[in-house]
Amino acid sequence: MTVLEASSPRAISVRFSNRSSRIGMLVVAVALLFCATAPLWADRSSLRLYGEIYTYVALASLWNLLAGYAGLVSVGQQAFVGLGGYVLFLLALNSGLNPLIGIPIAGLVSGLIAIPIIFVLLRLRGAYFTIGSWVVAEIFPQVFQQIPAVGGASGISLPAAVVKSIAASRDTREWLIYWLALAMAVLTIGAIVALLRTRWGLALAAIRDNELAARSNGMDVNRTRVVVFVAAAVATGMVGSLIFLQKLTVTPVAAFSINDWTVNIIFITVIGGIGRVEGPVIGTAVFFLLRQFLADFGSIYIIVLGVVAIAIMLKAPRGLWGFLADRYGWQVFPLTRRVVFRN
Amino acid sequence: MDWLNTIVQGVLLGGLYALFAAGLSLIFGVMRLVNIAHGDIIVVTAYMAFFTTRLLGIDPFTALLIVVPLSALVGYLLQRLLLNRTLGEDLPPLLVTFGLSVIIQNVLLLLFKADSHKLQMGSLEVASWMPVPGLYIGALPLIQFCTAVVVVGGLQVLFYRTPLGRAFRATSDDPEIAQLMGLDNRHLFGMAMALALAVAAIAGTFIAIRTNFDPFAGPNLLIFGFEAIIIGGLGSLWGTLAGGVLLGVAQSVGGELNVAWPILAGHVAFLMVLLVRRQGLFPKVMA
Repeated sequence: MTVLEASSPRAISVRFSNRSSRIGMLVVAVALLFCATAPLWADRSSLRLYGEIYTYVALASLWNLLAGYAGLVSVGQQAFVGLGGYVLFLLALNSGLNPLIGIPIAGLVSGLIAIPIIFVLLRLRGAYFTIGSWVVAEIFPQVFQQIPAVGGASGISLPAAVVKSIAASRDTREWLIYWLALAMAVLTIGAIVALLRTRWGLALAAIRDNELAARSNGMDVNRTRVVVFVAAAVATGMVGSLIFLQKLTVTPVAAFSINDWTVNIIFITVIGGIGRVEGPVIGTAVFFLLRQFLADFGSIYIIVLGVVAIAIMLKAPRGLWGFLADRYGWQVFPLTRRVVFRN
Repeated sequence: MDWLNTIVQGVLLGGLYALFAAGLSLIFGVMRLVNIAHGDIIVVTAYMAFFTTRLLGIDPFTALLIVVPLSALVGYLLQRLLLNRTLGEDLPPLLVTFGLSVIIQNVLLLLFKADSHKLQMGSLEVASWMPVPGLYIGALPLIQFCTAVVVVGGLQVLFYRTPLGRAFRATSDDPEIAQLMGLDNRHLFGMAMALALAVAAIAGTFIAIRTNFDPFAGPNLLIFGFEAIIIGGLGSLWGTLAGGVLLGVAQSVGGELNVAWPILAGHVAFLMVLLVRRQGLFPKVMA
């Protein structure tokens, strides 16, 4: 304490990176180079798989931001995934614009819808918030099923002419969507890292570690939660629009599937490490490895994932990455704050 | 008279929702645990009721004598072996019961395929009573509703008139002090889960009789139970009954307006109550 008082404010600075994060960022840069050049060396079906992996990384990172940092354990994020998909399709069908324009618009609409939702849901606390988010998400397929303008229960597909308006050749189209998926994952993680380095990030870490202490230090926990929830909805809607642009068809059941867009995402985050930016990436790798190996056994892989997730929650609640990070002090992204005194 | 009929059917249906809610509410009250797998556990008990009835050739109400104690035992073991380890922080109980819910659904799918099941009750299923012209009261829904009233009343007596209930309330108020006074919280939580699953088994048996059920029916049951709790007001047992009845009426009226609307109408009713009165309509009076 005396040191702090003795030195003038200018002599103190906060440093985020350390040796581990410098190595980490180098690894990330090399990996990104590989991913970005994949259209040159990977075949079409691998590209599609990688694109799917990126969307899962983005969704899991966003859920991690909600549950792992803001304390908002939502099981209703599928509402925004599906909404994003529908917005893109409706815009592409009715406006004649390039379907890619629909991606930011999908984010915008999701964000707008998220505002009233979060204000209602914040009336519920803790676990009741969780089930409340589920109820709200259940309303979406119920409503979309009954609106003929969005195709009712059978949904809508993008006609070939609209698809071709993205880009003339099939290769260019698939490459474009691949790069967009990669960009979405990179931007999501980049934005989360940037957010966590600001004052808001400090507030989020404080809420994560001890909500009561954060409150009593004058933090407006609810306002932070509103901002994070809406921001996550914007990004989730954009990812959703991209997911269904890859699939070219959207139905209420697929769009608002809790299994695809929430159950898998929660297992990924819990296994990889909740409350760590690296966790969802590690978890997605584990998820896709398990899925590839157990693909022939139907629903067994979901059961295995569930058992692994429960075991991790009980034995290593910070997940695989949290376990390694705690043990060896690893961090890939420059996030830990260290106060440095300069003379 | 159509509307009166609709409302009465909704009230009777509400008894079932109160049974879903009572188990959930009881667990939350005693150990602050929201069991996301509660709906799936009810579905498991529905399968238990189905197969006990089939294999032993007994009627579903006799089967309760087997299904209820068996479920209570499963609940006790589930709590002692798994859920007790998760208590203390916010995330673990939520995520572990969420994982459990997904596991139960997929194990049921492996065992029984996606086919829906239903128990046949013969003449009792169609028996009804017409107190005034145009108003039909089915024997089965009436039994179901009366059971719900008896169960909720029974839980009320158990909580406020018995040593076990006193222990439940003590550990709910302050688990550490309760432990210092010689109560064994781990055992008490096991007993609470046993009780919740016993109630779930009664609900599950009614589900097996009245509707088709399949491995993925659980989440909806959880949501209905949860909506009944929030509508009725957290923490009050009679409130869960009132909440269940209101939810049942909302769904029934919604269904009368449009066949595709009942569930949606229930969700809307839930949101309205949440917006207007977040403590629910009949909250527990705080000391």
